[in-house]
Amino acid sequence: MSFKGFVRYTARRGIVLFLVVVVAIYITIIVANMGGKIDEFVKGDLYLQIAQQVKRDPQYKNLPGSEQEKIIKAKYEQEIKRLGLDKPFFQRSLIYLKDAITLNLGRALYMTSDSGSKLVRNIILERLPATVLLFTTAMVINFFIHLFLGLYLSRNYGSLFDKIVIALAPTSTIPGWFYGIFLILIFASWLHVLPYGGLVDVPPPTDPVAYALSVLKHMILPLASWIISGFFLGIYGTRTFFLIFSTEDYVEAARAKGLPGRLIERRYILRPSLPPIITNFALGLIGSWSGAIITETVFNWPGLGLVTWTAIQNFDTPVIVGVTVIYAYLLAVTVFLLDIVYGLVDPRIKLQ
Amino acid sequence: MSEVGMEYSLKGILRELLSYKSGIASIVILALLIGLSVYTVVTIPPQKAIAMWRGENNMWIENPRNAAPEWMAFFVHKNLPKTFKVASWEKSFGIVKAEAPLPGTSIKKIHIEMSFNYPYDDFPSEVNIFFRAKFNASKNTPLVKIYWIKPDGTRIPVTEMTMRDPNQILYVSVDQQIYNNLVMWLQKEKGITPYKTVTTQQILFGKITPAMAQGKVDVEKGAYKLVVDATTYNKGDDVDLKLVVYGTVYGIAGTDHLRRPLIIALLWGTPVAIAFGLTASLAISIIQLFIATISGWYAGIIDSIIQRITEIYMIIPFLPFLIMMAAFYKLDIWTILAVVIVLSIFGAGIKSTRALVMQIKEYPYVEAAKAYGASDARIITFYIIPKILPPLVPGLIGSVPGFVFLEAALSLLGLGDPYLPTWGKIINDAYNNGALYKGYYYWILEPSFMLIVTALAFAMLGFALDKIVNPRLREM
Repeated sequence: MSFKGFVRYTARRGIVLFLVVVVAIYITIIVANMGGKIDEFVKGDLYLQIAQQVKRDPQYKNLPGSEQEKIIKAKYEQEIKRLGLDKPFFQRSLIYLKDAITLNLGRALYMTSDSGSKLVRNIILERLPATVLLFTTAMVINFFIHLFLGLYLSRNYGSLFDKIVIALAPTSTIPGWFYGIFLILIFASWLHVLPYGGLVDVPPPTDPVAYALSVLKHMILPLASWIISGFFLGIYGTRTFFLIFSTEDYVEAARAKGLPGRLIERRYILRPSLPPIITNFALGLIGSWSGAIITETVFNWPGLGLVTWTAIQNFDTPVIVGVTVIYAYLLAVTVFLLDIVYGLVDPRIKLQ
Repeated sequence: MSEVGMEYSLKGILRELLSYKSGIASIVILALLIGLSVYTVVTIPPQKAIAMWRGENNMWIENPRNAAPEWMAFFVHKNLPKTFKVASWEKSFGIVKAEAPLPGTSIKKIHIEMSFNYPYDDFPSEVNIFFRAKFNASKNTPLVKIYWIKPDGTRIPVTEMTMRDPNQILYVSVDQQIYNNLVMWLQKEKGITPYKTVTTQQILFGKITPAMAQGKVDVEKGAYKLVVDATTYNKGDDVDLKLVVYGTVYGIAGTDHLRRPLIIALLWGTPVAIAFGLTASLAISIIQLFIATISGWYAGIIDSIIQRITEIYMIIPFLPFLIMMAAFYKLDIWTILAVVIVLSIFGAGIKSTRALVMQIKEYPYVEAAKAYGASDARIITFYIIPKILPPLVPGLIGSVPGFVFLEAALSLLGLGDPYLPTWGKIINDAYNNGALYKGYYYWILEPSFMLIVTALAFAMLGFALDKIVNPRLREM
């Protein structure tokens, strides 16, 4: 493949992905604004706020009702203009789109971050670490468990452990949050050895080591719920995947040549089968950063999922759009990078 | 990994399915669940179920609150109290009602004695008295004195009151005045001041010992009697009453915080879960099949548009989006189902099916069909779809549990159907009312058990079918 061809492919793929992101964000904006209905809520709140302000103001307090009404009207109109709420929704939706695409996430309608900021960026950045900490750890642990045990089983298929894994694979249709409820029931409610949920003890320990240990203690149950949920199907999937690769002709040929098992495994099975495994891992990782709303709700884990859920409950559209925009960009960039890397390294993928 | 070219018959698949233990198990469980669904829908029509779950007309007032299922007694090796009712208007053994008019006046004395046996190892959860009297509230209303007779004959005055309402309810176990009366009686007659944790039920049904001062009370089993002396002042007046002693266990599934029998929701959850899961899975699979086939068959611009839409779908986060729609528009369960389907039809499944279609497109028999001039629609519906349908069936069945749990997850957030009782809604109620903190484990375990059984049955069937349809998996 020529360099020019590669550049052309990359540029085209980049533009297409960008357009896809734009469309996805626009759809989110329309739905998250309920087609403009959220603005009506905002206008209503605004009017009430201004009316109260005027009625409390000593400057206007003694004016007759009709005069007050007039002042309220005027102030309200002015505020509406300032916020751009007088324009039709379609026009405003395009402004929102532009802001979202340029990552100008703006201010939340009702929510504030724990530090008191109303900026959507701060609200998101404040909660992102908790989500990344929990779910990245879960994804990484799951990835290695599935990879190594899957590999082990593909070597020993037909063994007792293999049979157990196959028999128990259906248990993975039960989602992590559901196992979470049982884990809370057993370890928090019944045995009283682990906390019900949350990020740290209340009040949080001041000593950093104690703080870290406390967070770790709170992570055990949510982590365990995700590990249990993914365990059998994950191992089964990897094992089957490796087994399928190990029946490829070139593996048979290598075996016929008399190459040692370990070498065959590493060079002929693992290497060609890793790209799809890594793709899945990367996409899953990005996906997990948008937070698992249900798991975070069950464990009261103060991450992005819980923020999204709070925002949805409060009709806080800027926060919902903000979370979606960041997620969309991260995902699109990951897909783009994976496409390019595979285009470069995997000779079987033909770039047109 | 596709085994295109195998021929399948329903009979053959079924026969093969029955050769797997997991296949038999899943079919038996699914048959039971479907039978249960049909039974439920026939015996409790939806409108009735909704009315029952709403508890219209205070219909559950005589049920205990948060009562565990009756079979719990087996695990704790105790005879846990069940709810029982004694009514003065019932003509039965142990119930005596005598009336004596005062000569020359319209005054009437009514004496009621109701005997009952209390054989249980634990205290009741609540005691209420429901009156059913006849009088004119604007004139002199009846005067009622209530006494409690213990098995050893001790007579405790419970309360003395003039009635306000013919259908008055006396909440014996939470009435502060009654509690004060009982404590005063204990102090005066027995010289015992009970510790503040001792409840009305414990004084009524417990052994009166000095240990009460330390808060320790044992149940006194035996024959109790409720004695009521009423005086009515006008002609035609009457007083009747029903004593309800609430147990701590109820039925085969227990009750929730609103006294509703959980069995209603457990039963109704079955058809809802199965209908929701199967419809979602079936509709999504079939629509995806058509989209993928069109994408693979026509290629070119149509294919590339479909591919882009798939990418847009990938970027829109499914669950937050669904939750947002459900929360913003307050959707009922069938609208949620429609949204789930719309949000999933361009999902990841399209890619593999499309690849399969492109493979089949090159098959000689398709070439032949093209050669004799068959239309695109004919080739797609008669030659391609029948070929790619079987490999999709295991996935279809296997994805049902995902949708069942999706409904439960939405209910857990309080976004489920506003009227229909479902398993997820029980878990939501249990969660919101602190079942985990207070130890009402049955409240969470029962709907969870139903969810798990349903999910595993579908999942096992999916896995077994996968082995049949993809024989390559079988030897592995």
